[in-house]
Amino acid sequence: MSHAEAHLDKLPPEPEKATLEGRNKVLGFWLFLGGETVLFGTLFATFLALRGSVLDGPTGSELFDLKLVAAATFILLTSSLTSVFAVQAMHHKNVKNLMIWLGVTVLLGFGFLGLEIYEFYHYVDVGHGFTTSAFSSSFYALVGFHGAHVALGVLWIGLLIIQLKVKGLNTITAPKIYVASLYWHFIDVVWVFIFTIVYLMGKVG
Amino acid sequence: MDWLTTVDHKKIGILYFAAGGFFFIVGGIEALLIRLQLMFPMGANGESWFLDGQTYNEIMTMHGTTMIFLAAMPLIFGLMNAVVPLQIGARDVAFPFLNSLGFWTFFFGGVLLNISWFTGTVPDIGWTAYAPLSGEEFSGTGSDYYAIGLQIAGIGTLVGGINFLVTIINMRAPGMTFMRMPLFTWTSFITSGIILFAFPALAVGLIYISFDRLFDANFFVTATGGNAVLWEHIFWIFGHPEVYILILPAFGAISEVLPTFARKRLFGYSSMVFATALIGFLSFMVWAHHMFTVGMGDIANALFGVATMLIAIPTGIKVFNWLFTIWGGNIQFTTAMLYATSFIPTFVMGGVTGVMLAIPPADFQFHDSYFVVAHFHYVIVGGIVLSLLAAVYYWWPKMFGRMLNETLGKWSFWLFFIGFHLTFFIQHFLGLWGMPRRVFTYLPNQGWDTANFVSTIGAFFMAAGVIVILINVIISIKGPKAPADPWDGRTLEWSIPSPSPEYNFKQLPLVRGLDAFWLEKMDGKKEMTPAEPLGPIHMPSPSILPFFMSLGLFIAGFGFMYRGYEFESMFINNLFGNNIIAISGLAITFVCMFLRSVYDDHGYHIEVEELQKEG
Repeated sequence: MSHAEAHLDKLPPEPEKATLEGRNKVLGFWLFLGGETVLFGTLFATFLALRGSVLDGPTGSELFDLKLVAAATFILLTSSLTSVFAVQAMHHKNVKNLMIWLGVTVLLGFGFLGLEIYEFYHYVDVGHGFTTSAFSSSFYALVGFHGAHVALGVLWIGLLIIQLKVKGLNTITAPKIYVASLYWHFIDVVWVFIFTIVYLMGKVG
Repeated sequence: MDWLTTVDHKKIGILYFAAGGFFFIVGGIEALLIRLQLMFPMGANGESWFLDGQTYNEIMTMHGTTMIFLAAMPLIFGLMNAVVPLQIGARDVAFPFLNSLGFWTFFFGGVLLNISWFTGTVPDIGWTAYAPLSGEEFSGTGSDYYAIGLQIAGIGTLVGGINFLVTIINMRAPGMTFMRMPLFTWTSFITSGIILFAFPALAVGLIYISFDRLFDANFFVTATGGNAVLWEHIFWIFGHPEVYILILPAFGAISEVLPTFARKRLFGYSSMVFATALIGFLSFMVWAHHMFTVGMGDIANALFGVATMLIAIPTGIKVFNWLFTIWGGNIQFTTAMLYATSFIPTFVMGGVTGVMLAIPPADFQFHDSYFVVAHFHYVIVGGIVLSLLAAVYYWWPKMFGRMLNETLGKWSFWLFFIGFHLTFFIQHFLGLWGMPRRVFTYLPNQGWDTANFVSTIGAFFMAAGVIVILINVIISIKGPKAPADPWDGRTLEWSIPSPSPEYNFKQLPLVRGLDAFWLEKMDGKKEMTPAEPLGPIHMPSPSILPFFMSLGLFIAGFGFMYRGYEFESMFINNLFGNNIIAISGLAITFVCMFLRSVYDDHGYHIEVEELQKEG
């Protein structure tokens, strides 16, 4: 048995909560997500208030292509599942699977971002830029802010994979992985609301 | 250098005090200039005697913004840092690194805001920055300084709030149940919760203003479909809770000072906790009472009016509990107690005018008059500043290890207290006599001349009071050393030496009830019973990263602000125009975040021998 594996055996079943620092980090992150909820709540409220102000620009029902958005949704929700697999692998102390599932999560995140960039690019092409109307400003603020969160999450989880490679799984890296997965789920939940409020409601009326 | 890298919550508390105290004086000088301008009416030839309208607007905006964000908030954070971990018997806060980051972002945000005095146009939009006044059409770079400066400072507040929530939930000493926590800790807890849910809304609003101004977005620009009232909603759903963020810790401090100097336990502890939580909840339900005259309609006005009045119930519970606490007590009128007792009637007056303003039809009369100015100064100065001063005199020995002079303290109290009522009481009448707020001058012989003159005299009394406090602070450097327990205190912070050692508690104390230290003293013990054997204590290492992270944001702020600005030098134009400054500022921040994430801080241990050596 190698040194690293012997070390893993000593790791408690939920390594993210093994130390006070870890428990603090997890709780603090839950609270941070509470603040993020208000942040996105404000963005949603603004969008709902301004989504009728399209001026001469295109409306949501003219713009949105539900097939594309459905594909993006599918990709992002799947990535939530893979991040669950990653945390499960962590609890089973299977570092290899942990890294694989985190890697899959990052790839799916990239896929989502790619679709979103394509989507935005297309919108600007048809005259729906950030400054076109109050509707477009609030649209890009909300969806773009979510996209920025995804991009940050991809970088973050990518960095964590490298850290896992270098330092292995221990009571310092485990809380980081756990809160990154919380963050990732949060982004997915926000996307469900964006899908409903921005795209479905925008398409229907 | 030590001060740039410290992660010790007690030192960060002192940093907050120093910076907050500095900005308090800046804001106070601005207030004096305002009052000086209003001391005399407009001259016969229509000339203003001291300031022109533009300068007045700038000073007034900066006075409000500075006092709320850069003076009151940091002073409260300073107190929380100095007191909360000690009161719950913790060795540290949950996130020492983030604590330092919170301070530095606040500091650089505040510096950015005030640099506007030297580099550009000063914000002239009121502390509420109403759209479209804060938009590109009506204001210069001042609005950018406001939006970006507060954005950076706001990060610090949010980080601080989360830190204290986790500290209080996770790091209480053995036996310190929630219902045994001292009231200052309770109010800090609820306040941190309000911060968590209020500040993100402000952040979004400030982003919108910046986007509108810098990137031609249309959030608040009515001509392109935006909605200016939206800003008011966003601002006040943050701004109303903000006043409770400020007042609740003030309540908490009062609830510590009164029992100590009345030699009685706090009356109605559990109802105080309940009232605090209820106020925290209600603070989010009433924001639109700032907008009665916007045209929301009768139903909305009535609902928000009633919701506002509901706050008087828990607040009334608190006021009566304070009265019953001192009732029949063995009262010692130290300076802290003078401030605390004078707080009660003063704050009640502010509360009463608040209920008056909560009646929508009456508000249409009072709206934008000096009555409103008088009301919020009674709440914010009469409520927050008086209790902060009580808290400062009370906890100063614990923070700095030196006693403040009591005689000077009483002088400062009477000067400040008399000056305060002289300044603001008469402003209620000025408002009822029709004097509008936010005006830089007024015509003579409208019946406002004498009252304005009196009000300004009062402001000078307050300034004299503050000067005496400063003298007191300066001479306290060489003043008598503070004993561990100078006031015969009731809570845990008094059971350890003054100033407290860097690890706070050598051994975590065993808490057996409310007023934990008092209980032990009543049992004839001199100190707390330890809950653990003496062992090595883990300490976090200092770090310079928070300083540079905040510096990066500071630089990025300039980069964004001046990206569309025409400089004389092509080189500088290129730097800003291509966002090079903005990107390099953000890069500094991100590199610091990366370093923080990659290098694990294992801290260091203070060994048992060392602890024993110190006695």
